[in-house]
Amino acid sequence: MTQLILFNVTNGLIIGAFYVLMALGLSLILNLSNVINFAHGNFLALGGYLAFTLSPTLGYWGALLVSPFLTALIGLAVERLMIRRIYNRDPVYSLLLTFGLAFVMQDAARYIWGPNGLPMGLPAVLAQPITSDLFFITYYRIFMVTVVIVAVVGLFAFLRYTRVGLRIRAGTFDLETVSTLGVNVRHLRTFNFALGCLLAGLSGVLAAGQIGLNPNMGDELLMPSFIAIIVGGVGSLIGTLFGGLLIGMAAALTTVVYPSASEAVIYAILMAVLLIRPRGLVGEEGMLS
Amino acid sequence: MSIKTLSVRRRTLLQAGLALGASQAVGAPFVVRALGDEPVKIGMVNPLTGVLSALAQSEVDGAKYAEAEINKKGGILGRQVQLLVEDSANDVGTGVQKTRKLIDRDQVNAILGDVNSGIAYAMSQVTNEKKVFHIVPGGHTDPITGTNCKWNVFRVCNTTTMDAEAVTPELVKKFGKKWFFVTPDYAYGHTLQDAFVKALTKAGGTYEGDMLPINNTDFSATLIKAKAYKPNVLLNNMGGLTQINCMKQFTQFGMQNEMGLGGALFELESVKGCPPEAQTGWWTYEWWWNQPNVPEVVKFVADYRAATKNTPSARVWFGYVSIHSVRLAAEKAKSLDGPKLAQALENMELPPDVALQPGKVIYRKGDHELMPNIFVGEVHPPKGNADNVFTVSTLVPGEQAAGSVADTGCKMVEPS
Amino acid sequence: MSMAIASLGGRLPMQAGRRELALIAVWTALLTVPLWLPLLGGYTALAGRVLVFGLAAMGLNMLLGFTGVLSFGHAAYFGLGAYGAGLTLRYLVHSTPLAMLAGTLLGGLAGTLFGLLIVRRRGVYFAMCTIAFGQLWYYLAYSWNSFTGGFDGLRDFQREAINLGPFTLHIEDGGTVFYFFLLAIFAVAVAVMGVVLRSPFGRTLLAIRENERRARFLGIPVERHIWLSFSISCFFTALAGTLYALLNNFADPLTLHYSLSGYFVVMTVIGGMRTFWGPLLGAAVFVVLQDYISSMTVNWMSFVGATFMLVVLFFPRGLLGTLRRRVKV
Repeated sequence: MTQLILFNVTNGLIIGAFYVLMALGLSLILNLSNVINFAHGNFLALGGYLAFTLSPTLGYWGALLVSPFLTALIGLAVERLMIRRIYNRDPVYSLLLTFGLAFVMQDAARYIWGPNGLPMGLPAVLAQPITSDLFFITYYRIFMVTVVIVAVVGLFAFLRYTRVGLRIRAGTFDLETVSTLGVNVRHLRTFNFALGCLLAGLSGVLAAGQIGLNPNMGDELLMPSFIAIIVGGVGSLIGTLFGGLLIGMAAALTTVVYPSASEAVIYAILMAVLLIRPRGLVGEEGMLS
Repeated sequence: MSIKTLSVRRRTLLQAGLALGASQAVGAPFVVRALGDEPVKIGMVNPLTGVLSALAQSEVDGAKYAEAEINKKGGILGRQVQLLVEDSANDVGTGVQKTRKLIDRDQVNAILGDVNSGIAYAMSQVTNEKKVFHIVPGGHTDPITGTNCKWNVFRVCNTTTMDAEAVTPELVKKFGKKWFFVTPDYAYGHTLQDAFVKALTKAGGTYEGDMLPINNTDFSATLIKAKAYKPNVLLNNMGGLTQINCMKQFTQFGMQNEMGLGGALFELESVKGCPPEAQTGWWTYEWWWNQPNVPEVVKFVADYRAATKNTPSARVWFGYVSIHSVRLAAEKAKSLDGPKLAQALENMELPPDVALQPGKVIYRKGDHELMPNIFVGEVHPPKGNADNVFTVSTLVPGEQAAGSVADTGCKMVEPS
Repeated sequence: MSMAIASLGGRLPMQAGRRELALIAVWTALLTVPLWLPLLGGYTALAGRVLVFGLAAMGLNMLLGFTGVLSFGHAAYFGLGAYGAGLTLRYLVHSTPLAMLAGTLLGGLAGTLFGLLIVRRRGVYFAMCTIAFGQLWYYLAYSWNSFTGGFDGLRDFQREAINLGPFTLHIEDGGTVFYFFLLAIFAVAVAVMGVVLRSPFGRTLLAIRENERRARFLGIPVERHIWLSFSISCFFTALAGTLYALLNNFADPLTLHYSLSGYFVVMTVIGGMRTFWGPLLGAAVFVVLQDYISSMTVNWMSFVGATFMLVVLFFPRGLLGTLRRRVKV
């Protein structure tokens, strides 16, 4: 019995953790720049693939540290060269741009690393279960959840206590005023986008250890991230956090009783939110563009 | 830079692009006609992009290798072979469109494809309507040579019944009769599980199982259930990447110490994507490269490796056999007419250098299904070279595992 | 001044003749497709696909280009149209007209009801909801195996010949007869769309697109208009979906996926978002481009994706939009 309860909790946490990390990055970019990053799943894949390529030289831990930053760097370049030009236009253009970018990135991944799935090696210490009784909790799962918690706490702390973080938060409310106060909004947006891609890259490295690498790996996580944002409330990072955890838990619990419906329950939650409380759990009325 | 100069540049760019595009479109068909002797064209539609791309690419590689081989020896009926490959992008609409393109515009004599069974079926409707010879190299759903069989459609790879019937006796003998199924919730998964249940019940076994979403990534809940049930065998019916994940989590949880692991297909492309500890279990292979007792296979593998630097997988063999089947049918029928080709391929026995395995490999007349051997054995981490991940334990003749034509539900309707 | 009139879709007297000329050119080209398309290395089924996607994109454009509201989930209604037609033909009755009606109603009503839910939202949130709603139907289609055929798609149905009293339209053979059938339906749909857009209702949509707040101050019930525009556009896209099912004799979950929604938006933008015929031209460019490039290289996704990005960055007005602007100025 304790086994079952413990299992449900950890499993829900793990699934939720992934959704949260992905959704937070997506939400950051959405809130400040009004851009839906269709290529977010591809940045995740990129992070995973970069870790795969770097781990022979840097080892697993080195790759884990470096590859999210590399991903962020690439995100920075993308924002600087392309996305920046279309901020002041109709949102349809940013959607199309990231949509096209997703195509290019997926094909590039297939071209560079091949269409076959690739295994990501984990350090032996992580691949074991923690006890033989709790055989389904491997050290890696605990590690993943820990990393996500550290990342999320770090993110919120950053947004709360640093100047840049403050500016980002202010910018999601009123970018114009922030600009008139002398902040270089262009740099802010670039930084914000890179930060979102950093989170995506980190998710990718973690995901690679769990499910291996393939060019389509980000696609599965993109829709749940969207839903996490809508359920939690567009414009609110805390909302996204709750949204991700909620749907993660719901999916995990459903798998125990009725496995084939574990995906359905996410959509059911979406519809319920849209019908009953369209602004999301934590969203505020009027936070929408 | 003034707006005017920019727009002038844009306009010239547009015009240049249009002109280039138009010249290509107009030029192309004229160029082909000037080449004199018309080649024998074979169209291949496969999902070269999307989740099945690794398998699709292997089939294309095998087909291209066969094309080159045949052309070196004089082609089909004295004409060179030209393989036209199109990407179905794992989308039915695209697959159907490309099939029509190959038939209407390119006037191909035969169609091959698709790995995706749904697309293969949709394509077969088009090829049947247009009376074009169609071989399905690697689309596994049973109805293609079962309830939906057609006079112009042949298949190389096995049915789920064949695979299930071939491996069940081995698993029962090695491990026992109490099984736990992990199955994806869609048509292929359902037919596969039904086939296994039928074979298992014949052997007097019992079972339980879980139906999971196709793209399920986390198997902990299911594996916990499995562990509690204490089966002799965990039957892994998942495909592609989900199969790999299930294997990884199975071994991470240390469950291989308590029960056997097995299933139908665990293809070479997938095995190579697994970490070594997850390369385990008892499976069926539709063809395997390491057959030291069959000289034709040794030669084929050596030549293929020399030409492509890769070891051929079962998918490569599917593509290879499909192209050669077109040649064999054409040579027997002395024609490239669809109905005649179809008639010629019925009951055709593949010569040893195409069959590449012991025994008789024949296209059964009743349902147009190829009856090769089914290689049953154990997957393990590489021994010797990186591709030696499977050791064959028995060879089950396909006809034995397939059941009768009546069982498949196929009622062949001859062309009008 | 002329720019303002131009963007409102109005016509100065001297341009009226040009419009008639354009119409004649377009329809002549469409009517003679079976003659000239094979010469250019095309094939009739390709033209059918262009018409179907063009109609879907034109339906979307009513919402996107004329009302200024972004839906990135229109494939849902397209796919519902396809499944509606397919399910009718398979389970209910072997009648093409009824199948088309059923599919159009299914997609249109789904859109109408969904529109009610989200009509107060705007911008990216609206877009996100449309994407999520589309994926909901995608998920339903591929998991409800017994009913929809699941992942493998809905099959075992085909377009039936249409009995028109004195003679029968043998569209089940495909080919030229079916192409002209498609063209006929397309013509009727487009005519209706033209009438709607030229009516006072259509003009109001333009006003809402240009300045929503001002329209509201003028007393226009903005939400109701947006909802109606959304609803009507869904009906047109659903009709296109039924034609797609007839074209392929197949309906599969990917007709509901957001990537197809994205393609519709791309077609609209490439052709010219604020023009009437733009989406058809965009559909032609897109379908031909994808068909051509995917035969040349397995890396076609890079080229197609790069094309989207280039269009967004450098040709945002699309082909017709740029042309029209050149002519006006």
